[in-house]
Amino acid sequence: MALVNVFNIAGSGMSAQSVRINTVASNIANAETVSSSIDQTYRARYPVFTAISPQQQNVSFNQLLHEQQPQTEKGVMVKAIVESKAPLQRRYEPEHPMANDEGYVFYPNINVVEQMTDMISASRSFQTNVEIMNTAKTMLQKVLTLGQ
Amino acid sequence: MAIGFDQALGVHPQALLLRGKRAELLADNLANSDTPGFKARDIDFKQVLSQVNEQQTGKKLPLQQTHQDHLTGLRQQGDADLLYRVPIQPAIDGNTVDTQQEYSIYARNAMDYQSTFEFVNSSFKGLTKAIKGQ
Repeated sequence: MALVNVFNIAGSGMSAQSVRINTVASNIANAETVSSSIDQTYRARYPVFTAISPQQQNVSFNQLLHEQQPQTEKGVMVKAIVESKAPLQRRYEPEHPMANDEGYVFYPNINVVEQMTDMISASRSFQTNVEIMNTAKTMLQKVLTLGQ
Repeated sequence: MAIGFDQALGVHPQALLLRGKRAELLADNLANSDTPGFKARDIDFKQVLSQVNEQQTGKKLPLQQTHQDHLTGLRQQGDADLLYRVPIQPAIDGNTVDTQQEYSIYARNAMDYQSTFEFVNSSFKGLTKAIKGQ
């Protein structure tokens, strides 16, 4: 039943977007986490999304409809969470308790404005997936009344 | 004269199945709206359904095959390809999903699903009445 798969697909989208919101929360929470060396400083983290099914080129809709092809899972998944390679912010703050011998402290490579837009984007995509699920639910409930 | 379900319901059950599958495709597009390099897919619903209809009503004569290696001559029922959506504007990450457009198509598809369902449902109600003899 195709409509049942819609739940799995929208569910995978929702879980992927929630991972994205989690990383944004982690990034914003650590935006001011300073350290005295480059290695120990927190770096911005981003999830890498990938489609679950590789895009099939030559599968006809007939095969999909009658499931002659083994049913391929659809949706989205988080392949990995990567750390940003952007340079860290080095600030000269000799009075800072974490300052190194030269008087520098290292701030994470996090742009809070960027993180906020990412958060809004993730939340909008999450909402869309919820709506997809709701609509599919209405369609399925309607089918259950067949013949009544 | 016997009335089969196929004659009574016409092309609508097939259309319902097709609408369900299309909902799956569109949901996949929307779930991947943030996936880099993802290409949005869809089907030409009208084309697929008209093929199904032609096969069912027999408007097109099937080619008689006297040998297994003969070509079929006709495309198989509902044999339409998954097409790619043409994006209105390019995205940096190569993703061609236009969320607003996909969502409106999804909503339209859901509405069409419901109306097709109403056709099937009312046909069933008619059949039930006929069986009961009311």
